[in-house]
Amino acid sequence: MTDPTSGSVAPIPITVEFTGGLEILFSNERKHKITVPGRLDDGSQPNISYLLRYLVDNLMKDQRKELFIMEDNVRPGILVLINDADWELEGEEAYELQPGDNIVFVSTLHGG
Amino acid sequence: MGKDENTCATLRAEIAATEAQLARLKRDLVSAEDRAVANSESTSPAANRNKGQNGSESPWPLLQEEYGRYGRQMIVSQVGLPGQLKLRSAKVLLVGAGGLGCPAAQYLAGAGVGTLGLIDGDTVEISNLHRQVLHRSRNVGKYKVDSAIESLRELNPLVTYIPHRTHLTPDAAPSIFNEYDIILDCTDNPATRYLISDTAVLLGKPLVSASALRTEGQLMVLNYPPRPPGDKDGGPCYRCVFPKPPPADSVVSCADGGIMGPVVGTMGVLQALEAIKVITAPDVDALNQTPHQDPPALHIFSAYSNPLFRTIRLRSRRINCAVCSASATVSLDTIKSGSTDYIFFCGSASLPSLLGPEERLSPQEYRERHPQVVHGELEQAHSRPHTIIDVRDQAQFGICNLTDSVNIPISKILASMPTPTNERLQGDYSGSQPPSWLPPDLTSDSNDPIYVVCRLGNDSQIAVKKMKDLGLDRNGQRFIGDIRGGFRAWREQIDPEWPEY
Repeated sequence: MTDPTSGSVAPIPITVEFTGGLEILFSNERKHKITVPGRLDDGSQPNISYLLRYLVDNLMKDQRKELFIMEDNVRPGILVLINDADWELEGEEAYELQPGDNIVFVSTLHGG
Repeated sequence: MGKDENTCATLRAEIAATEAQLARLKRDLVSAEDRAVANSESTSPAANRNKGQNGSESPWPLLQEEYGRYGRQMIVSQVGLPGQLKLRSAKVLLVGAGGLGCPAAQYLAGAGVGTLGLIDGDTVEISNLHRQVLHRSRNVGKYKVDSAIESLRELNPLVTYIPHRTHLTPDAAPSIFNEYDIILDCTDNPATRYLISDTAVLLGKPLVSASALRTEGQLMVLNYPPRPPGDKDGGPCYRCVFPKPPPADSVVSCADGGIMGPVVGTMGVLQALEAIKVITAPDVDALNQTPHQDPPALHIFSAYSNPLFRTIRLRSRRINCAVCSASATVSLDTIKSGSTDYIFFCGSASLPSLLGPEERLSPQEYRERHPQVVHGELEQAHSRPHTIIDVRDQAQFGICNLTDSVNIPISKILASMPTPTNERLQGDYSGSQPPSWLPPDLTSDSNDPIYVVCRLGNDSQIAVKKMKDLGLDRNGQRFIGDIRGGFRAWREQIDPEWPEY
């Protein structure tokens, strides 16, 4: 699939979803199909940490970055789900993105 | 004109006074009814259980009426007679008798849970009725728990109902929870949610937790199985899933964000279902085999998404959880003594007081500066030209707005605003475009004043501050200020017919 000598690796298409009110920060769209590079400049594979930076820099038009990111991580009260599992079951921010992955960001609700 | 207005004002005052008196009478009635019930306890249905018609021991474990009442669910194999007997001996506590608690209590009472406790210190408001389905219009002003129990008694008089007319407090929580087998979190704020979870874990009670806002809901069964702290086989608790509370400013209530009745109703009904599943679960058998159990999950409901539901696998207990791990720091003592401080832990939203008094006008002061244009006069007849910016969101603006006001939702202002530390210097947008939400006349050379208004007078201050940061006041040459107290104060001071939603 990839040629390790050429350095060119197929880009990775993934789906990113926002729910629980977070979609407001992303142009009011819940579902975004994006493509990340197959390999980063330093040779590493893109992981969730990379995705967070990517989303803030490229997808998030809203300036209120602090409603999504705090101290280089998702802010407290947001769950990250990797293919319908809590990211803590998958290695958290070190999880390396795979083609077709579905990454969901859920803000907790408190009303009742 | 003056005479009619006076009549209206007098009538309004009389209605308000009468309603207050009615609410007082309703509360007195409830206290009297409670005393009456306590006095007749010996004749309650519970005391007559297992007695036949003539008072002799019955060979059947349920009352005749119970076979009829619960038959449709008892013939479902997952329930059966064993499940019904478990339900009858179960004691369930619902914390919150609102949008989640009402439907949850309704189904649990209908299903024949033996004892239902409800805890809530609020009284019924008319804005609750669209979703809090146990409350009736006639009960506005009554304690929610009393209003709910009144409806529940009509539904199923065989259940024992216990009202707790108070908000849940850390010092009282352990002794109240101790009386119950399973807890339902039907509350609306993070501090209480942590308190409920901590207390449930430390007392070994399973917890069914739900929440809802606008068009979405979330549901989790926590601390199930309810093993002691340090036992890794126990289910995760609220702190395992959310070790840190969200920033207080990011927490939106149903009053501010809105809520659709069937959305929160769906979540409350599901809480009742999960509670019934926990109560009627088959016993661990003699070989001590753990019955089949689903891994911990978060269920997300989203009314305008397809699919409507999705289920997320959750983590297990956190090895360094502050409550349910071997290295726990929270105990019943730290809860009761207040050294586990939930209000401090969750913080409180800072209500902005960003503006000085000279930047704020009461609705009355605004009206004095800009007398109302008498109907029929030309629009240009404004005594003094000015701009009103209404920063409520579009849906709220659509419900009621002032003629000639301009709607710029606060979310739009905040979304497009670079933080002052980067990009643009204060007061200087030359060379870069002013933000797209600004109407052109606001960036003109005009010195006509700008007034910002919102629902309660908080967002309006933020908007004024942002506009001044952009330099729109040209160093004080142009007045930019807000209407203190927003439309709530507007209604009180200027227009009593302004819709209050």
